[in-house]
Amino acid sequence: MPSLLFYLFALITLGFGLMVVLARNPVTSALSLAMSFVGLAALFISLDAFFIGTIQILVYAGAVMVLFLFIIMLLDIKAESDRKTNVAAIVGAIVLGSVLAVQIATVSAVHHQSDLTLNEAALNLVAAGNQMAATDKDLPTISKDLKAGILPDTKLMGLALFKQYGFHLQVMGLLLMVGTVGVVVLSKRDKEVAQ
Amino acid sequence: MITLSHYLIVSGILFALGLAGVVARRNIIIIYMCLEMMLSAANLTLVAFSRFHVLAGLPDYSAQALVFFTITVAAAEVAVGLAIIVALYRSKQSVEVESVTKLQG
Amino acid sequence: MTPPAQDTTASLPTLLLMLPFLTALTILLGHKLLKGASVVLSIASAAICFVISLMLLDARDSAPMLLPFIEIGKFRIGLDAMIDQQSRGMMFIVTSIGLLVHLFSLGYMKEDEGKVRFFGSLSLFMFSMTGIVLAGNLFMMFIFWELVGLSSYLLIGHWFEKPSAAEACKKAFLTNRIGDFGFMIGILMLFMANHGDVSFSGLKGGFAEGPLHEMTQTHTLFMTLAALGIFMGAVGKSAQFPLHVWLPDAMEGPTPVSALIHAATMVAAGVFMLVRCSFVIEASPDAATIIAWIGGLTALMAALMATQQNDIKRVLAYSTLSQLGYMVMAVGLLAIQVSVNHHEAGPGHPAMFHLYTHAFFKAMLFLGSGAIIYACHHEQDIWKMGGLMKHMPVTFVTFAIGTASLMGVPFITSGFWSKESILGVGFEACRPLFWIGVATAMLTAFYMTRMFVITFLGKPRTESAHHAIEAPIIMVLPLVVLAALTVLSTFESFNRLLAAMIPNHAEDHPTVMIASIAALIIGSSVGFLLYRGKNSDPLNIKLFANKFYFDEIYAVIVKVLQDQLAWIVNGLERMFVDGIVARLPAFIAMRIGSAARILTGGHLQAYTFLLGAGVLMVIYLVVFVLPQLGH
Repeated sequence: MPSLLFYLFALITLGFGLMVVLARNPVTSALSLAMSFVGLAALFISLDAFFIGTIQILVYAGAVMVLFLFIIMLLDIKAESDRKTNVAAIVGAIVLGSVLAVQIATVSAVHHQSDLTLNEAALNLVAAGNQMAATDKDLPTISKDLKAGILPDTKLMGLALFKQYGFHLQVMGLLLMVGTVGVVVLSKRDKEVAQ
Repeated sequence: MITLSHYLIVSGILFALGLAGVVARRNIIIIYMCLEMMLSAANLTLVAFSRFHVLAGLPDYSAQALVFFTITVAAAEVAVGLAIIVALYRSKQSVEVESVTKLQG
Repeated sequence: MTPPAQDTTASLPTLLLMLPFLTALTILLGHKLLKGASVVLSIASAAICFVISLMLLDARDSAPMLLPFIEIGKFRIGLDAMIDQQSRGMMFIVTSIGLLVHLFSLGYMKEDEGKVRFFGSLSLFMFSMTGIVLAGNLFMMFIFWELVGLSSYLLIGHWFEKPSAAEACKKAFLTNRIGDFGFMIGILMLFMANHGDVSFSGLKGGFAEGPLHEMTQTHTLFMTLAALGIFMGAVGKSAQFPLHVWLPDAMEGPTPVSALIHAATMVAAGVFMLVRCSFVIEASPDAATIIAWIGGLTALMAALMATQQNDIKRVLAYSTLSQLGYMVMAVGLLAIQVSVNHHEAGPGHPAMFHLYTHAFFKAMLFLGSGAIIYACHHEQDIWKMGGLMKHMPVTFVTFAIGTASLMGVPFITSGFWSKESILGVGFEACRPLFWIGVATAMLTAFYMTRMFVITFLGKPRTESAHHAIEAPIIMVLPLVVLAALTVLSTFESFNRLLAAMIPNHAEDHPTVMIASIAALIIGSSVGFLLYRGKNSDPLNIKLFANKFYFDEIYAVIVKVLQDQLAWIVNGLERMFVDGIVARLPAFIAMRIGSAARILTGGHLQAYTFLLGAGVLMVIYLVVFVLPQLGH
């Protein structure tokens, strides 16, 4: 059953991904991308990455795609017309894409480690909980959850982010701020140019 | 049974799709979307590796932290990029890459 | 004497090398700011160098690395000094004469507009000469060899407004280039033969037992050519036949420069280098014979030319040529002797001994002639002087000492001993060259007496000579010091202090002694009788006066060759340079360019495609190709 779901969501991801590339209408592309991201989020969740899956939907499929759609609507972009089709670019794209796909498939088929199944790489939550209870006494909730056989994904994510990558997180915050300022600067209409 | 290579192949195809889109499409907004797709393909790889690399009974959360950062950067990038597109549209009345010819020799 | 400095770590040699360099750099870069201070700076640096070389005199033999330069695997080039008997002694000569010439220039160049530039170039010269003397390997020596050529070029052409000076410096530079080219080829041959090690110690080891030792047995011609290549460098720098033509013309430079560079130090660098590389020459007797004969030929020819010169500096220049020929002959002769008798040469070398005595008295003679020229308002023709004995007593005395040393007055002058040791080697190794040496000695006595008599004795022939007065103290002082050094170098106790140049005394041959004394007596008495009280030259030998027409012959050779060569080269140029080298690449470049223009047409998608293709290539290479190559 899980394998069936995997194929379903992989198909959704790749199929709508293809739609993004092929669709003439930008609105279609944007909506397909949103669907593709939803499929991707499902794949994340199938990998026990609940937090990442959630923010994939919230940030990407939600915020970012809305931004895209908003811009497309705002600028009122029309579908591309047929006559402008660039054959060389399309041929190049197909060749490039297929060669890359074949390369990646070969690499992952050749490596023996890639034959690992989810069952073989099983999580041992109880053992992890015991270990964590022994080492990190300050975090009783995580070890309690783990001992009960539940994966407290978000809590563990937070632990990793704030304990191991605290500095990086702050840099990220700075980056977002710079981005915000940049957007404001870029969108400000230059009065002299406008006149 | 689903193995690691299944995820990797899905991610690879998604990346190839994105690359093909960047090369083939002329609409800058769609090129942007394809870039996002390529980033997400990389994220899928990271998450898959995180899950299959079991550390003390848990997934490797370092990889997921990296994915978190990637998503953050991508969001910031989209915001700035779209602002640039809007500025571009204002001066050229177009979002086709052919309209941006200032750098052509 | 300064307290003995027993440690020869790299610090002293480095200081010795860097001080003049920094001085030259400071002066040449900041001469507008420094003005008069740069003169003081230059002299101070020369003085400190002299003190350091005094301190080094007591140092132990060592080979400190000054600056690692290139290091690729086993291949190593560095600036490493070689402090031994030879370099310590040479260093003393260079710095002492250098300091005295600096002082002399202070007076001589007082009113010159380019004084600052002059002192800057002088410091540059001191730097490069120090480099040659300290050099521990042939690469380093070659670098400084070229630098010396450059600074000599700058100094000869100091009065570049004068066309003759501009011509002379060009001539000196170009003639030296020919020699340097041979030197470079010689170095590269040794480099190849000794597997990339051209340090002197490495080469010496290689000749004793190593790749070079085998080469001398199996590839005799190769080693002879290598030795001759090295010798070419000395031919250029020490102005041996057939590249001697530049040295007389180099007298266009200021007289202190002639004294320092073209009499005492730079021209002697060729001899110094040959002695350093004597093991190369000893390994091939053919090369040694050629070297000895070229030296002898130069000595005799230059002495003949000197007899008919009227310019006081030119007489001295030809005399220098002749004495350099002597030294080169000594190098060749000793090498013949060593390779024939298979015995190790002693620590000293007759050529170095003569170099060392000659350096002092020839520098003194040049400075003396500079004082005379200065006193006679830049008059250089000896026939317009005369009777200077009364007007310039100090110069007269010092000049007399110098002349006596150069002629080799027996027992009381250093020149006699050094000349005698060369003749002694010649007597043992090669009889014809010995007689050439004696003939040269006779001629030397003749032309020096001639010049001395014309200049100092008799009556003043012109107004300027009549009103000549002794030069200022700053110019006389170096003369006196040099005279003292010349006299001192006669005594063995002083020489032992230097412990550098003294050859192990060969057993005296009575023939040698008698022949050299006879040569002196005949030469000087003929000269004295012929020229006493004369107002014009009783002899008139066009061939000698015109320097055997060498310049003319060279001019014809160059002209003929140039015309023919130019014709051929022109044809070749049209075919190869214009056709294959210029047009074809231009065509290809144009085609590639227009192809590349498509790629870089500002098409975003084309860029992306290329980027993607590049990534695919990298993946292909890293993932699929490299593992098969065993990485």
